Amino acid sequence: MTEKVLTYDGTFMGFLCCVFLSYEQKIKVVEIIPAGLDQSQLFCETENVLTEESKALRVLKGLKTKTSSNGFLRIKWAFLSEETGIELKLLQMINYIFSKKQKVDSDYSNPAVLEITKTAKKVGREKHRMEAFVRFRLTKDDIYFAIIEPDFNVLPIIKKHFKSRYADQKWLIYDLKRKFGCFYDLNKTEYVSMDLPEDMGISGGNLEYFDPGEIYFQKLWKEYFEATNIKSRANMRLHVQHVPKRYWKYLSEKSTFT
Amino acid sequence: MDFDRIKEKLEILADAAKYDVSCSSSGSKRKNTKKGLGDSSGMGICHSYTQDGRCVSLLKILLTNHCIFDCAYCVTRKSNDIKRAAFKVQEVVDLTISFYRRNYIEGLFLSSGIFKSADHTMERLIRVAKKLREEENFNGYIHLKSIPGASDELMREAGLYADRLSVNIEIPTKSGLKLLAPDKDHEDFMKPMEKVKNEIIQYKHESKLIKSTPKYAPAGQSTQMIVGATGESDRDIMYSSAFFYRKYNMKRVYYSGYVPVSNDPRLPAIGSQVPMLRENRLYQTDWLMRFYGFDIRELLNEQHQHLDMEIDPKLSWALRNRQLFPVDVNRVEKKLLLRIPGIGLKSVNKIIQARKFTKLNWEHLKKIGIAMNRAKYFITCDSREKELKDLSSENLKSIILQNSQSKFRKDINNQLSLFQ
Repeated sequence: MTEKVLTYDGTFMGFLCCVFLSYEQKIKVVEIIPAGLDQSQLFCETENVLTEESKALRVLKGLKTKTSSNGFLRIKWAFLSEETGIELKLLQMINYIFSKKQKVDSDYSNPAVLEITKTAKKVGREKHRMEAFVRFRLTKDDIYFAIIEPDFNVLPIIKKHFKSRYADQKWLIYDLKRKFGCFYDLNKTEYVSMDLPEDMGISGGNLEYFDPGEIYFQKLWKEYFEATNIKSRANMRLHVQHVPKRYWKYLSEKSTFT
Repeated sequence: MDFDRIKEKLEILADAAKYDVSCSSSGSKRKNTKKGLGDSSGMGICHSYTQDGRCVSLLKILLTNHCIFDCAYCVTRKSNDIKRAAFKVQEVVDLTISFYRRNYIEGLFLSSGIFKSADHTMERLIRVAKKLREEENFNGYIHLKSIPGASDELMREAGLYADRLSVNIEIPTKSGLKLLAPDKDHEDFMKPMEKVKNEIIQYKHESKLIKSTPKYAPAGQSTQMIVGATGESDRDIMYSSAFFYRKYNMKRVYYSGYVPVSNDPRLPAIGSQVPMLRENRLYQTDWLMRFYGFDIRELLNEQHQHLDMEIDPKLSWALRNRQLFPVDVNRVEKKLLLRIPGIGLKSVNKIIQARKFTKLNWEHLKKIGIAMNRAKYFITCDSREKELKDLSSENLKSIILQNSQSKFRKDINNQLSLFQ
């Protein structure tokens, strides 16, 4: 069997086309990497896979009939982890799924299934954390604005939560790491990309951009946060476990106002 | 908004509300309708955690800390010399909405000291909730305190706006209550619970017949007991708890290690240690009762009135019932899987899924994530090597303790030395 390294456009549809190609050409895929990140493999042929919707949809359809709805979700979520090598693990799981008659997406004795499940769980945790730690700041033009930098690419899976919750306010959540945001205009959400002025900060209420009352609510929240602490039960270890330090910069209750 | 004044009130009234441990914001199923604000149909979310590690999900405040009662264990008691304050109804509404829109909170938890009368106080709490629902079209979570002694009429109304209602029984036994809160009547606590329970049943029944029946306290009721303020045994506490779950269909009973707030000779002195380990063991027992199919009498009874602080209650039970073990994880029914020490609910479900496909061995079980240091002495699986099982329970316990770590180990030594 020929061995090949596949590169693709980094999208889920693109990845599904890699799956399609591996079956079509009956090749052994040794690596699947997003284009641009590829390092030249000396002894292997590299093929750049073009994303074609029709092929991706065929794989998608097959996958949906051979997995439970949760199993399918786990595949999608694990993909969003963007971890190196996750594509190959997913391919192994998909191979296993297609090789069996019954649904095996919850067969945790299969190493690929177990690993994808664990990765999906990590992504799920990050999704949940972002739903918790997003802190909106009200801008001068009445948009509730938040910046995030999640470990995994969770914006596509958190927007639904915010849309159903904040249906009557305009909001924008911007992923600083991946340089795109999601904007809700009271009717629909759409992805946007933009350059953010640096002095907007990730917390605080610079009057050039934010509503004059904004900074006061951040201060009230911090006040509340401190008043609700029971000193004789102090447990910083648990605190940090729940609110890892890498998220502190977004949380007004953890910031020091000058 | 006068921010400075609000800030001062918030400091006083959040501080006074913090001893109420309930923070749950789940189980409500209240969806956003007509493009309003908020949705509490999903799971609860903890938006932050205090430095003592407790979740911050709701804006938890008192409407006022003026109180006509003088319960010894309570920081807002009449005779305590502290700053008093009171929010206006509109101030609480504005604060809740502003915090909610910024994604700080899941909703409001509103309690209050009792001013003038029970009904007067309850009526004011309801007014806040009603305003939020009707004027602000707010679908976030609202947890209201049922004020002991409030009338049936008000309790019926409260449930129409609140997602959850709770009365804190605080002292698990009648005699304890008499000692520490002589002007409160045990019956006053039960009355609103009974009313809310009956309303929930009735509304559920009606909503099956008429689709447009409004929701009534969709997240149910809860209560809280203080642990370690009076001399109750773990058995007393858990039997009370089992009674509340059974009699009033409680969604949750919370256990709150007593934080000394008074120099009253009837209570532990200020500065004494909060019994956090004991609290933890009680929660473990509560879980065993609610999710693992244990009857409370199996865990605590005449012979065993206190939980073992060194090991978890399931392990403790298993060591007393060695005749049931070892069990074969590849065959045994779910009911018994749940009773194996070191295997939690999630692992049980994973095992049941996985064993449909493969016979599980130690490697598989490790990967699934069960606590092998405890579980291995109670199970067999598809592996040759077996763990020593002809040890006495005492031996087994000390082996397990030697081979495991607990963040509570230092507390155990402390708390044990108190009794020596």
